[in-house]
Order: sequence, then structure tokens, then C-alpha cells
Amino acid sequence: MAPHGPPLTTRRATLLGLAAVATLRGASLALAAAPTDRRFVVVILRGALDGLAAVVPYGDPHLVGWRGGLVPKRPGQTDGLLDLGGFYGLHPALPALHAMYAAGDLLPVHAVSNGTGTRSHFVAQDRLELGSLHEGITSGWLNRVAGRFGPPKSGETALAVGPSLPLLLRGPAPVGTWMPAGGGHVDAGFYAELAALHAPDPTTGPAIAMALQERGFSAAALAGMAPLPNQGAFPSLCAAAGKLLAAPDGPRLGALEVGGWDTHAHQMQRLPPVLKTLDDGMANLKDGMGEAWKQTVVLVVTEFGRTVRGNGTQGTDHGTASVAFVLGGAVAGGRVAGTWPGLAQPNLFENRDLQPTADLRGVAKGLLAQHFAFDAATLAAVFPDSAGAPPMKGLLRA
Amino acid sequence: MTLDPMHAMIRFGLGRRGSEALPTDAKAWLRAQAQEPDPAQAAPISSMLAALEAHRLDREMKVMEGQPSRVSLLWKADAPIAMRILAETEVPFRERLVWLWANHFTVSLRKGELRPLALPYVQEAIRPHVTGRFVDMLRAVIRHPAMLWYLDNHESMGPESAAGLRNHRGLNENLARECLELHTIGVTAGYTQNDVTEFAKVLTGWSVDMGAASPGFAFMPERHQPGPKTVMGMSFPEGEAGGEAALTWLGNHPATFRRVAERLLRHFAADQPAQDDVRRIADVLRQTHGDLKAATLAMLDLPAAWQPLTKLRAPADYVVASVRALDLPEAERPDMLGLMGHFGQPLLNAPLPNGWPDTAADWADGEMLLRRADWAVGVAGKHPTLDPMALAEASMGDLLGTATRQAIQRAGSRREAVALALASPEFQRR
Repeated sequence: MAPHGPPLTTRRATLLGLAAVATLRGASLALAAAPTDRRFVVVILRGALDGLAAVVPYGDPHLVGWRGGLVPKRPGQTDGLLDLGGFYGLHPALPALHAMYAAGDLLPVHAVSNGTGTRSHFVAQDRLELGSLHEGITSGWLNRVAGRFGPPKSGETALAVGPSLPLLLRGPAPVGTWMPAGGGHVDAGFYAELAALHAPDPTTGPAIAMALQERGFSAAALAGMAPLPNQGAFPSLCAAAGKLLAAPDGPRLGALEVGGWDTHAHQMQRLPPVLKTLDDGMANLKDGMGEAWKQTVVLVVTEFGRTVRGNGTQGTDHGTASVAFVLGGAVAGGRVAGTWPGLAQPNLFENRDLQPTADLRGVAKGLLAQHFAFDAATLAAVFPDSAGAPPMKGLLRA
Repeated sequence: MTLDPMHAMIRFGLGRRGSEALPTDAKAWLRAQAQEPDPAQAAPISSMLAALEAHRLDREMKVMEGQPSRVSLLWKADAPIAMRILAETEVPFRERLVWLWANHFTVSLRKGELRPLALPYVQEAIRPHVTGRFVDMLRAVIRHPAMLWYLDNHESMGPESAAGLRNHRGLNENLARECLELHTIGVTAGYTQNDVTEFAKVLTGWSVDMGAASPGFAFMPERHQPGPKTVMGMSFPEGEAGGEAALTWLGNHPATFRRVAERLLRHFAADQPAQDDVRRIADVLRQTHGDLKAATLAMLDLPAAWQPLTKLRAPADYVVASVRALDLPEAERPDMLGLMGHFGQPLLNAPLPNGWPDTAADWADGEMLLRRADWAVGVAGKHPTLDPMALAEASMGDLLGTATRQAIQRAGSRREAVALALASPEFQRR
């Protein structure tokens, strides 16, 4: 194979201020830079995680009555729950998260919802990523976070890896694309001609210009980040994200997404491998970040929870509240946050779902307030119309 | 106003094949395609019955080690037929309609057991109805084993049905919810969770009988929730008739017609179709009891249908248009199926039940556009005798801009010139 032509941009410094995305078989990664040493990553679990199966309130006397066949064994038994202090237990497929809990780096927040009241995946995901119920909001809230740090310096652009940018990171902050497998044998002169032809096109012009820049970047910065053996795409992307975010001149904001959570049937068989993927991914992210983990906050969210009762096919249908995870070296973890609503029938939401007791926007606002010292006006700009969801306090170490 | 035949071939067709004859009357050419029988209805794609029997045989008689399963052989036989139709059809407008509605009623190979069933589904539940009544397509879709499996309805049981009581099993509301939200009235129509649950009860018993002499759709009374059900204030009787009545009602609902009109216009006319146009097509559907042929023909009369091309060719469309422009003998054709995946839209493989997106912004990804360009360089290299300007003129006609024309003329090599034509901004549009 002929060698590469000279990359259009080679300097890794061009990465500063930017965003990047990688998507492989249903998993994706996006990154954006910000002038701070603190790292912030959002992981979206698409399809609706059953919060009652991930962080199991085994101490609630009503749990087994509603969904006996969907509850793992109690802590201490073979393949039993991993205890979180006597009331909750982590699903046994989450050992790495349990180790983080023991180290004080994991803070599950239970009974949270995004306050939308819909059970449509597509509406709820949009609202989760837009961070608003307001019709006029079209940018993702993480893009607005990036925007609060001011415009990128001249010559700096955004970087995205993969075929699609999640709504969470779409918006005015420029974002391009990058994929792990580059197109090796094409002459740089051809690309220059192509870019010139597309330049006047408002849709394809900027997209192609950005993608070419990122290919220049990719060869240099992502060398050695090939998928690890025996791992799916999401854990590999997490490992890559960790290394990118750890770099002194690397991006500071990240978005990851992973699907497979819509467990309408045979949940006891179908959920553990997906949880394991998440667990491996978070372990890889932490390993990849090294020392930077201490300055990192990761927020893991899903669009809504699932029914408290099992459905007719050993699964669960679309519900309301679920669990969120906050993890990282900056997190005041080792406990479960949130207010447990209880599973007695009068406490169920619409006699079917876990009652929400907190708003996910409040969790995100609490993290941004403490991690990036965003004031009330900045938080209101990132999450408009969220006065009813005040920042949750004490999520991070003081 | 003279309507440009090239515009018709690109916006409503699959791109011109080589130098096939240009229609003299663009609109008449399109109208005829919507009115005449579909030659591809006779294509030798496997039947649903054959697919289910293959599944059963794979299960009953273990597949020998190292041997392909029977179901994988069906897909391997059927997929090239579907690709050949796309590459060679002389009624490309009809083919576009087939894949538009197949995407509206998405089933996805991401559920592995659907592999042998998905193309029979398109052939049996979608294709016969693309110029028929919408409600007939809906009924064919919801009864088809591919959809029943994809959205889990085959397992759903009424909690008070005989089988539900015996097995302590109950509802799975996946199909009911997506049928309301995606297939028919849409999430803004104002239904509640209770309506979803009730509709799921209506559809209990709609299942797939793999044990029957001829496996296929079966209404299983022992799984059906007893009693009448009320969905959005409408009462539906117990039994299979209740499901039929509910689908008939949903398939003729004004909210459904509005969404069907919008889907049609978004696909062919504009990413954000004008509300007046949506209303007009929805009115046609209301007046004709959901006649998709009437709606399709009415669309051709809208000025919006003949505005300059603003939509981006989705990856699968791009593959088909390129293959038609190159017009190679079948043995030399690129691997269309593989390319669709490489460019980001593997056939019948949408990630979620809402199908592939349908606006330029969704497909204007730089890396994916570069992949098109990289492939164009490769394919141009494999066919060094192609005449770049002839290809560009034949496939784009007057839509070819001056800058692209000049770039092709001054390109350093014939290979680069062909690649520039296929990677040009004009060739990405439809």
C-alpha cells in the first residue's frame, strides 16, 4: 500500500477546544475541549436501563412481590448482589463499579427521571440530550457546557469520531468526525480538490473540511488505540476516550453512548452482558485516564426506567424513574444518593413505575456547579426552564 | 413549466442507469410507475413460509459443524436479488416507495432471527401495498411474523387469558406502543399509558405458530386477554376481530394520514416539508380512505416536488445511484450490500424501531462522505476505461455545475476524474 500523503493537519495542538465522536456497532464516543484541567464525561444508556435491576433495593419489602423472577440473589450468595451498605445491591455483572464504590469513587443516584413524563424512547432521549422541554432548544446541553468556556481559539476546530454525533453534543460549537479506520491510499491532492468543490455547499462543505482535519489528527493521536482483544466496541471506545481525555492538551468533555437496554423480554438473560459491557467500559475509562481520574466526573444516564412489575415475557416495559451513576476520582461516593420512594403500591408512579424523587437535570447541575464552578446564571443557560430542578448538593468531594 | 427528466430520475428514482433513455415527459414517466403493476413482485425472493420452515429445520436437525445454517443460505440467496432489482429496475420510483415504507415499518436484522424473514417481509407486507391503501399495508405488517418477532408480540399474553394464567405470563407492550407511536397516529396524538396497555391487550394472541404444518401468523385464543378493550375511547371486541378493528381504525385515523403525508414529503420533497403541502396530501388521503397511489400522484403535482434538489442521498441511495451510473455488468458490480454498511446504512439494519433518519443533516457526516470519496477512487481505479465526463454528463446532466465540470476536466488522471464525479457535491444530492 502506498504511504499516506501528508496529513492536512498534523499538530495535535489543533485538538484543543474541540469535540470528537466515535461510533462502532451501536456504541459511540464524542469529545470536546475546554480550558480546564477538569474532565467531564456523560454516558448515555440508550433504550432505558432498568434501575431496579442495576442498583437493586433488596431491602425494600415489596421488591420480590412485584418482580420476584427478575431479582438476583441476595448479597453473600453465589452470583449474588454486590452489597452497597445493607439496602441496595449492585447487579453481580458490575464488579468494577463495585470496586469503585468501595474506593469512594462511585455514587449511584436512585429514583431519578428526566421529568418528561413520556414513555417514548425517542422523545425521552431527545429531551435527555437537549436538557429542556422547550420547543426552541435545538442544541445539546453538553454543547452548551462547551460554549460556556468561550469560543475555541483561532485555528481550533471540533473533532468527532464516527458516523454520528449524539444530539447531546450538537450545537453551535463546531464538531467534526473521525473514524478508527482511515482511508489510507488516497492522495492528499485529491482530498484538497474534493474539499474545494464542496466548500460552497453549506451542508457537505464544512463536514468534509472537518473530517479531513480530523484524519490528520487521528493518525498521530490515536496510534496504538486499536481495540483490545476480546472486547466489544464500547469498552474499546472507553479506553480510547480515557487516553484522549488524559492527555495534557487533550479534550476535556466527552460523550459516550451504548445501547442494548430495552429489555422487554428475558431480562435475566439479556441484561447481564449489557451491564458487563458498561462495567468493562467504565473500568477501561478509569485505567485510560490514569492520574487524570482524580479530576474526573462521569455521569451515566438513561432516558427513563422500566416497570416495577415484570411483564408477561420475563422482561419489563417502559417506565419512569431509573438510576444514574456518578463516578470519578472527584466524586463523594461510597453511598447511594437520592430519596428512595418505596415500592409499596401507593408509592408507585401511576401504579406501575418507580416514583421519581429527583430530576436528572438537578444532578447534572449539581455536578457542573461544583466541578466547573458554574454560577446560577450559567446553569440556567445550560438548562433553561429548570428552576424546578435545583442543583443537587454534595455530589463531589469538597 | 418544463419538468427536467434528470431531476425526476434523481429525486424520485435511483439515478440514471448508464445512458438509459431519458423520459420525454418526466411527470408521465413517474405517474406510469405508480399506476402500473410492479414487475419486481414476481422476483424469486424466498417466502415467509420458506424462512420459517428453514428456522424450524435448523432447530430440529442440528446444523452440521462448518456448514451454513439453512436460514443464512436464504439470506445469501435473497439479498443479491434485492440488490439486482435496485441496480437494474426500470421502475425506480416504485422501488423508492418500497424502501420508504419498509423504513417506516422498520424491522431490523439487529434481531438476528429476522435475517431470513426481513426480505420476505418487504416483499409480502410492504411491496404489494405501496400504491394501495395504507391500512392494508398496516394490517399486512402487523400480522407478519417478522414484525411480530421484531417487536416481541409473539410472546405477549393476556394476564387473564388461559395461557397467561397457566404460565404466569402476561403482556409485552412493545409492538402496541411502537404501532401507535411510529406506525400510525404518533406520540402527539394524545394517547395515555393506559391506551398503550389496552392496545397491547387487544393484540394479545397475535403470534407466530412454529408448530403448524404451515408455520406462520396465528391468532392464539388461549393467549388472548378476555373481554372488550377501550383504546382512546374506542371500544374493541374480544378476539382477533378486535385487533382487526383497531388496526382499521388506526390506519384510517386523521393523525395517521398526517404523518403518512409528512413522511412521503420529507422523503421526496424537502427535509422540512411545508405544512400546506402536508395538509394537502393528508386531505387526499382522507378523501380516498388512505389511498397511497392518490397521495403519491398528488405529490407529483406540488411545486415543491420540482424545486432544486436539497436533500442528501442517504448511504444506500448513494450506493445504488453510483452502481447505476457506473452501469457495470453484474459480475463486476461492487458489493452493494457491503458498501451500504461501510457508508453507515447497512440494509434492513436500523438501530431502533423508528428506522433510518431522512434529512440531510442526519447523513452529512464528514467521515462518511470521505468514505464515499475513498471508495470512488478505488472503483475508478478498477475500471480504468471509464470516460469521466461522459459518466458525469449522463448521470447529472444540467445539474452538473461549472466548478465540478472544470475539476473533472483538469483532473490529473482519468481515475481521479471519475472519482471526483462520484464524490462531487451534485452527485450527493437527490
